[in-house]
Amino acid sequence: MNSHQGNFVRASMIEAAPAPIQTGGLGYWLRKNLFATPKDTALTIISLLVLAWLVPPAVQWLFIDAAWTGGGRGVCATVAQGGSQPEGWSGACWAFVNAKFDQFLFGRYPIEERWRPALVGILFVLFLTPMLIPKVPYKNINAILLLVVLPILALILLPGGWFGLPFVETPLWGGLMVTLVLSFVGIAVSLPLGILLALGRRSTMPVIKMLCTFFIEVVRGIPLITVLFMASVMLPLFLPQGVTFDKFLRALIGVSFFASAYMAEVVRGGLQAIGKGQYEGADSLGLSYWQKMNLIVLPQALKLVIPGIVNTFIGLFKDTSLVSIIGMFDLLGIVRLNFSDANWASAVTPISGLIFAGFIFWLFCFGMSRYSGFMERVLDTSHKR
Amino acid sequence: MAIGVTTTPEKSKPSGSIINDPQVRGIFYQVITVIILVAVVYWIADNTIENLKRANIASGYGFLNGRAGFDVGQSLIAYTSDSTYGRALVVGFFNTLLVAVTGIITATIIGFVVGIGRLSHNWLIAKLSLAYVEVFRNIPPLLVIFFWYSGVLAVLPQPRESAALPLNIFLNNRGIAFPKPVFGDGSQYVFYTFVIAVIASFFVARYARIKQEATGQRFPLLWTVLGLVVGLPLVAFLATGSPITFDVPVAGKFNLTGGSVIGPEFLSLFLALSFYTAAFIAEIVRAGIRGVSKGQTEAAHALGVRPGLTTRLVVVPQAMRIIIPPLTSQYLNLTKNSSLAIAIGYADLVAVGGTILNQTGQAIEVVSIWIIVYLSLSLTTSLLMNWFNARMALVER
Repeated sequence: MNSHQGNFVRASMIEAAPAPIQTGGLGYWLRKNLFATPKDTALTIISLLVLAWLVPPAVQWLFIDAAWTGGGRGVCATVAQGGSQPEGWSGACWAFVNAKFDQFLFGRYPIEERWRPALVGILFVLFLTPMLIPKVPYKNINAILLLVVLPILALILLPGGWFGLPFVETPLWGGLMVTLVLSFVGIAVSLPLGILLALGRRSTMPVIKMLCTFFIEVVRGIPLITVLFMASVMLPLFLPQGVTFDKFLRALIGVSFFASAYMAEVVRGGLQAIGKGQYEGADSLGLSYWQKMNLIVLPQALKLVIPGIVNTFIGLFKDTSLVSIIGMFDLLGIVRLNFSDANWASAVTPISGLIFAGFIFWLFCFGMSRYSGFMERVLDTSHKR
Repeated sequence: MAIGVTTTPEKSKPSGSIINDPQVRGIFYQVITVIILVAVVYWIADNTIENLKRANIASGYGFLNGRAGFDVGQSLIAYTSDSTYGRALVVGFFNTLLVAVTGIITATIIGFVVGIGRLSHNWLIAKLSLAYVEVFRNIPPLLVIFFWYSGVLAVLPQPRESAALPLNIFLNNRGIAFPKPVFGDGSQYVFYTFVIAVIASFFVARYARIKQEATGQRFPLLWTVLGLVVGLPLVAFLATGSPITFDVPVAGKFNLTGGSVIGPEFLSLFLALSFYTAAFIAEIVRAGIRGVSKGQTEAAHALGVRPGLTTRLVVVPQAMRIIIPPLTSQYLNLTKNSSLAIAIGYADLVAVGGTILNQTGQAIEVVSIWIIVYLSLSLTTSLLMNWFNARMALVER
């Protein structure tokens, strides 16, 4: 039994194993996220090269070489172009944006009356901010202030003509103010109108259903610019002689109708996602149609489609820039109008103005999309799986 | 007794008054709606007829035969200022189609690349793709168009100082000039062989599929098709003595001569629409790929399918089902956004129609043509994409 001659007895210590691969720190993060495979490494290096090629010149152009202050085109043009910059200079002309900033905000609104839109703007921010923060109480009063008091005040203050305020006609309005008024009214009109259209499209009454479907499909099938053309050239034809609409109002009608068709489809998606049991439950409780919709269906349906609603808002906000095509001066329109100012005409003026306008639009849209993501999480009452 | 009572429901007799009968109410509301609608339409029509009479505008589409009298910048069919309004509208329609189709192709390519990039494990690529999406999604397309038009393309050098790119392509503030192919005698044979090659490829593909289903052997389809489509026309090209030559743009004293030129209007519209729509397509693609459950990939790996093949045969076909419906609406959006051409003077349907509207005052007719054309474009695209969607959809037994 003791013939186990082959027993192995180790005579020396085993070699130390290599240290475990680092699972923390910068080196690990780099290896995992940037250099995991040869393909990854190649992609990373290519992207870094592209960035190195693009970013420093962009920063140079936007900030370092940019002309920040100045009273005319001279600071934004080279010597050969009749300016003061050295030959071969190219940089952003922020002096242009700086000099025209008030115009970009208010358009050609009379300077001594600009406190009026400014006041409306400040009130808008004051009323909107507590509305957006879920924890702030008194939402009902807040909503009345924002959706009833503010529009009435704006109606008194912006055009004027009442209480000794001089009248300012709408062709003088412009800039960010027009963009914001158009979007605010468009949003305030298109949401209720869109809900009505969506309910109409799901109605059991064939005439109502047909009408709503027809409206939604036609408006969604054509570009906004044709709707605006319709509002600006065809609407006057439809009205009796002597009755004229303000051009601004016509654009408002066009934009609101256009957005409401898209809103209707978003809301309809939400309505369809609500189970049949909810409708039947409401019916069996003896609720009327409007009670059923207001108390049971819409609160659930609208909560489901918040991202879609905000997307429509963002689309509407971006689409207001189209009114510059029918000769109104919203933010984009007023920026473009100022390109032709001989005092500021230079090779870099247009691109600087457009980058500024783009940045403003971007801020608003990005803010809205971030806020919608936040609200989605706040309102998410479903049970997490 | 009790049973007898419950089995005779009073179905035919509504218990309440007729005012509370939902059916009666429904009919009542609908009748009211129709009456209001008819009244409004009558009122509008009456006003319109009166307004038109006063403005001395003859209604009807007869004006389409009138002489246009204006030039368009770019035209796919023969057009002069002596052509009719109708022909001008056709020119505009083709220009709309041209920018829509090229834009859709480019936007799809950029969108898929960026969308897949957002899902990359590579941190840098994912963040760059995210930045692209967030920048372009939140800026109005009109602004992007102006950015290219008055910001970038307008400040390019004068024609005589054109920037020369490879392949005899020149870039200046009048657009991009590139060699124009000139089809000489015998070039039609090249075209014929190309058509034959495409038809042959179709049959080869069918044969390859049948063979694979029957025997399991794979046929080198890609190389065969490439050889057919490229090789046959090439042989014909050489056999007929190289009939296709290129008219190369040459820098003259003040301008470029020869070659083809694509104007800055088309370029800026095309670039802006592609970049703008691509941001939305990227998000759709990302959502589609994320929508395929991870179990599918893991199952494919468990079966020993290689990663590349897993993506192609397992993930993409399922992701396409999620992607196609929203992709369709993005294509439609791009087509509709091409109407922004009017802002920079690219002669699309809306721009040409706007000019005609200003010249003749035929607002209702021009707007109706716009509506009909855009609605039919929308419907055609939806039909095509629905057909494609039905082919891709899950076939359930």
